[in-house]
Amino acid sequence: MMTQTPERHAVVIVGGGPAGLAAAIAAHEAGEHDVLILERDTQLGGILNQCIHNGFGLHTFKEELTGPEYAARFIDRAAELGIPYRLGTMVLDISPERVVTTVSADRGIERFEAGAIVLAMGCRERPRGALATPGYRPAGVYSAGTAQRLVNIEGELPGREVVILGSGDIGLIMARRMTLEGAHVACVSEIMPYSGGLKRNIVQCLDDYGIPLLLSHTVVDVEGRDRVEAVTIAEVDERLQPIPGTEVRYPCDTLMLSVGLLPENELSREAGIELSPVTRGPVVDQSLQTSIPGIFACGNVLHVHDLVDFVSQEAAAAGAQAARFAQEGVEPTETRGIPVKAIDGVRYTVPSYVDPQKMDDTLTVRFRVANEYRNRYVSVYLDDERIQHRKKRVMAPGEMEQVVLKRADLMERAGVSSITVKLEEE
Amino acid sequence: MAKETRELICINCPMGCPLTVTLEDGVATSVTGNTCPRGDSYGRKEVTNPTRIVTSSVPVDGSAIERMVSVKTASDVPKEKIFDVVKALIGVHATAPVEIGDVILADVAGTGVDVIATKRA
Ligand SMILES: Cc1cc2nc3c(=O)[nH]c(=O)nc-3n(C[C@H](O)[C@H](O)[C@H](O)COP(=O)(O)OP(=O)(O)OC[C@H]3O[C@@H](n4cnc5c(N)ncnc54)[C@H](O)[C@@H]3O)c2cc1C
Ligand code: SF4
Repeated sequence: MMTQTPERHAVVIVGGGPAGLAAAIAAHEAGEHDVLILERDTQLGGILNQCIHNGFGLHTFKEELTGPEYAARFIDRAAELGIPYRLGTMVLDISPERVVTTVSADRGIERFEAGAIVLAMGCRERPRGALATPGYRPAGVYSAGTAQRLVNIEGELPGREVVILGSGDIGLIMARRMTLEGAHVACVSEIMPYSGGLKRNIVQCLDDYGIPLLLSHTVVDVEGRDRVEAVTIAEVDERLQPIPGTEVRYPCDTLMLSVGLLPENELSREAGIELSPVTRGPVVDQSLQTSIPGIFACGNVLHVHDLVDFVSQEAAAAGAQAARFAQEGVEPTETRGIPVKAIDGVRYTVPSYVDPQKMDDTLTVRFRVANEYRNRYVSVYLDDERIQHRKKRVMAPGEMEQVVLKRADLMERAGVSSITVKLEEE
Repeated sequence: MAKETRELICINCPMGCPLTVTLEDGVATSVTGNTCPRGDSYGRKEVTNPTRIVTSSVPVDGSAIERMVSVKTASDVPKEKIFDVVKALIGVHATAPVEIGDVILADVAGTGVDVIATKRA
């Protein structure tokens, strides 16, 4: 089978979640009709299928949808355009020459040659190695995403007395979901002094149900040989070390972990794509192109998003750029453009390079901050000249921020060698 | 005239804008901090009659693709009715085929609001 000539498609999209769908639709709408989506799951929609809560797409559709409804809008649009997709098809390998190798139960191993590739593989949960407690690994320890899948898709309740470690959004959402399903959630314990999740989820998932959020607290012991019987939680100091004497024991049958998400980039790494040590996603330029020409990235595989609307916007840009690349190719340039530096409280930016010649009139640069800040300014510098300065009342690591760069600003100042995004006190 | 302010987080979308609602004699007179008009109406409502959309999932019979189908209240219900809504859904099954928007349980828990499907099955 490997010897067969590979099928050729102008744009091949890896992953059929909201990012892959929006990229495919945008590529089609940009005039490239030879698009193929490859999805390993048995349905399109990605993580949205298990996110049955509401709060998706308010800014895109002006109505508040649940995850499956938001996904359906895009699945229906892709169907309308007749965009083909393969389900149950797992991408095994991507080569720098843009050959994609897949495996599926019905077709075995296949290869596809792509004019351009869009990476849209999403993210996965940080593994439970994050739980640095000694002892057994009894049943009853779940990642929050696994628990979400169990309850919402399989219809099974993982347990009745629950402690949640980590205040990521999935953990917060699951605190509410478990409570509504009749379980008791004793507390959510977060090692950092701030929550990793969105404020709205703290309000409507914890506060609404009187579930305590213990900041600067972590799990120091898990009891139970076959099944979790209790966990012990202690307060931590500034160095995140447990403070002796602050331990509280919570009898429970379930410990849920919501300690963060990581972009799913094994394929990118093996292809030789440059990855950012901060986001763990590909380093991209203004067209969301990775270090390998013709391979683009968007959505949670690029950097973890909390707002699906932004995923869709970003993915649409990547899809349109991929279509353009497939149709016109892009003349190689020596550099990837002006580097964007993230300093003084800004952890990273996406993109990391901007080529003013190739950017649109405006470009959204998204970033996250390193800590909780009040009344700070978000500033943009072109070399030493400050061109943007905007005050924000509150910023937190759990919420993505953005600045918009104007092409005109860069064109007016030929020879700019760096763009800096940073926080300032005044 | 008793004037007070309440600090809230708008929960209508993940932007989570910090709102300040001013109340005069128990009546919301102004909302600030919102980015869009939804924040204004949320703030006014939250201090007088808080409501929520309730989401859940129920088993579906006869579907080749799904065991469960996700559902929501077609509009928001009073916050104190959340548990009544969830209780009313115990034992409710959907029957395939299900379309998005199909009524799964009409007038749930006397709220006058229907529970509708949010996924096909
Ligand atoms: C629990 C949770 C709650 C959220 N709540 C909200 C909310 O309230 N509001 C909001 O706006 N946003 C919310 N988000 C954010 C938003 O849903 C995500 O950012 C968005 O779904 C990311 O889309 P994606 O397409 O990048 O990734 P995914 O949805 O993860 O899709 C990736 C797809 O790629 C496929 N794939 C991966 N690897 C391969 C491979 N090798 N071969 C083939 N296919 C592959 C996967 O199967 C999957 O279908 C939430 C996210 C989570 C996890
Ligand atoms: S005010 Fe508007 S933008 Fe802000 S959180 Fe509410 S709905 Fe979202």
